[in-house]
Amino acid sequence: MISVQNLTKNYSGQIVLNLESLEIPKGQSFGLVGNNGAGKTTFFSLLLDLIQPTTGHIISNEIRVDQSEAWKTFTSSFIDESFLIGYLTAEEYFYFVGELRGQNKADVDALLSTYEDFFHGEILGQKKYLRDLSKGNQKKAGIVASFIGNPEIVILDEPFANLDPTTQIRLKGIIKDLAAQQGVTVLVSSHDLIHVTEVCERIVVLNKGEIVKDIETSTKTLKELEEFFSGSTSTIA
Amino acid sequence: MFKHFTKLQWQSFFRSSSLGKTLGVKILMGFFAIYMLASLAMGGAGIFFMLQKVFPDIDPLVSVNRFLVYWILAELFLRYFMQKLPVMDIKPFLSLPIKKSSLTHYVLARSTVSFYNLLSVFFFVPFCIVLLTKGYPALNVSLWFLSIVAITLSINYINFIINKNDKALILVGALLLGCYALDRFDIYPITEHIGNLFYTLYENPVWLILTVLFVGCTYYINYNYLRNRIFLDTTLKKKTKQVVASDMKWTRRLGHIAPFLQLDLKLIWRNKRTKTQVFLSLAMILYGLVFYTMDDFGSTSPMLVFVGIFMTGIFLMNFGQFIPAWDSEYYSMMMSQNIPLRNYLESKAGLIYVSIVVMFLLSVPYVYFGWEALAINFSCALYNLGVNVPIILFFGSMNKKRIDLGKSAVANMQGVSAVQFLVGIPLFGIPMILFTVLNYWVSFQVAIITLSALGVVGFALRNNLLDMITRLYRNKKYRMIAGFKEKNS
Repeated sequence: MISVQNLTKNYSGQIVLNLESLEIPKGQSFGLVGNNGAGKTTFFSLLLDLIQPTTGHIISNEIRVDQSEAWKTFTSSFIDESFLIGYLTAEEYFYFVGELRGQNKADVDALLSTYEDFFHGEILGQKKYLRDLSKGNQKKAGIVASFIGNPEIVILDEPFANLDPTTQIRLKGIIKDLAAQQGVTVLVSSHDLIHVTEVCERIVVLNKGEIVKDIETSTKTLKELEEFFSGSTSTIA
Repeated sequence: MFKHFTKLQWQSFFRSSSLGKTLGVKILMGFFAIYMLASLAMGGAGIFFMLQKVFPDIDPLVSVNRFLVYWILAELFLRYFMQKLPVMDIKPFLSLPIKKSSLTHYVLARSTVSFYNLLSVFFFVPFCIVLLTKGYPALNVSLWFLSIVAITLSINYINFIINKNDKALILVGALLLGCYALDRFDIYPITEHIGNLFYTLYENPVWLILTVLFVGCTYYINYNYLRNRIFLDTTLKKKTKQVVASDMKWTRRLGHIAPFLQLDLKLIWRNKRTKTQVFLSLAMILYGLVFYTMDDFGSTSPMLVFVGIFMTGIFLMNFGQFIPAWDSEYYSMMMSQNIPLRNYLESKAGLIYVSIVVMFLLSVPYVYFGWEALAINFSCALYNLGVNVPIILFFGSMNKKRIDLGKSAVANMQGVSAVQFLVGIPLFGIPMILFTVLNYWVSFQVAIITLSALGVVGFALRNNLLDMITRLYRNKKYRMIAGFKEKNS
């Protein structure tokens, strides 16, 4: 589904991302972990063609993302609050995104009804603009918006941060379901090792822009990750 | 305690992002501020001689005292819209070991050094100096001046007591109009009586005590009110409005640009800065009056082309020059969504087309000044439609400065760069030069027809032009995304 070749990104001579090769098959739930500055958001931004790679490229579903825009029809994402349009209500935002992805109001409503649990009565029918919602609720709205229009790839940057415990648990269920039942490739980054190990089939650890671990998730994974992050990461890198 | 506060204030001023603006913008803003204060000071110095000339029998000081009531009401009116008590600034101090009473004093004291209080000082200091040179007794004049300062401070505090209460605003407005009406129609010489009261402050400076007491009172009322309300859920809470959502079904008829048009309309209507600009644009239709009532220009002057382009294109400029920066807060979302850039631009262009037509219709009454006025405005509207819309969109592709939609429109230079100054040259320059040349060597009719024809041709070619501009936006995509992310620009 996604294949990365010799991808690097430099900022004024400093390498912030350097991926020799990375293949993510269709329907995989893929977790990305790493400390601040490891290059997680940079990688996602490159995937979404929001920044230009210094060398190399990403091919998504046989489309080079920096050359064609055709990947936009099957890719959706929520990176941060800047993906929300502050002066819309949640419903208006969902309908707007739906419109962009070829879904009419009824389609969007049908999808939203399946997430009523997740919203916990705090998103729909609030008569509030998104900019006036709390951080956690903004996040909920943004995450669900990224599920609109049957995307084949969903990219979520730190989806668990700012969410309350109930919502975190529900989100884990949703992500697992997306990958396992619907064959959606889900890319998730997180600082919470427990969450990623629970949700993702595969976990890649980034450190200073490079892949230092690539693990098929098993019962031992959490321990392995904890050891890695509690030890000095520099010796391994 | 105040020492700390003052130091923090100083730091917040010099470290604020607005001070880190580009040099050009800084100089321009500084220039405007100096210009305003200088004209106030000039007015203060000149008013004595002006009043002496207009009302030779009346002591200018008496006349000034009569106008004072208007000054006070007008200032209240202005402050109602512009000035807000800076309560939000004390939020970080709440959890620190500082007494709430000192916090309250700090907020109130800080409001004394506001720009609005400077206005009257800048006006009345020169006036008083003139009075002194004319031999008015120094003691009386200086104490009268102190009374004025006290009154200004009272206005300052009264404004916070009013605290954006609409009823009070209506009252102030009614008083203002009422005073004027009573005077104008010789019903009751109200300004004379109030003027006499103020004059007493000069004649009998003991009354200064009264004005000072009044300041104290208003201060105390404010203090009492605020002191008991420094809580996160009362004074310090940001107000959120209930949303009245509409699904704008009528836009559906516009087909593929409908979702973007809806978004743009909501953008304009739900954000302070854009909303103010709509009203400002509508008001600018009166701009022509300045030129048409001046006889120096004649009915076919190139200046009138400037006016025509300006009036019919005011929204084009106000809104258009910041495309696509209006969407900067969520530009990366727009760029990763399944959005055809062309529809996005087309919707913006459509909105501007509508505004030009509306502004032209509003300008039709200028036909009163002769058919040439209508002809000029019509051809200017066409020219705006066909030529200036693509030009402004083209220049928009150079925008890479973020705009935070929540900020107010007044003196807001966010998003401004050299582009905004350069764009005026082609927008106005080309049609004015064309018109001048043709009008001079050929005829007025030919000049007007040429402008209109250019507009029509441009409008007919709009699809090709939009295609070209879309390509340009695509090429600059990364630079825009990166630029719009920078908050401190």
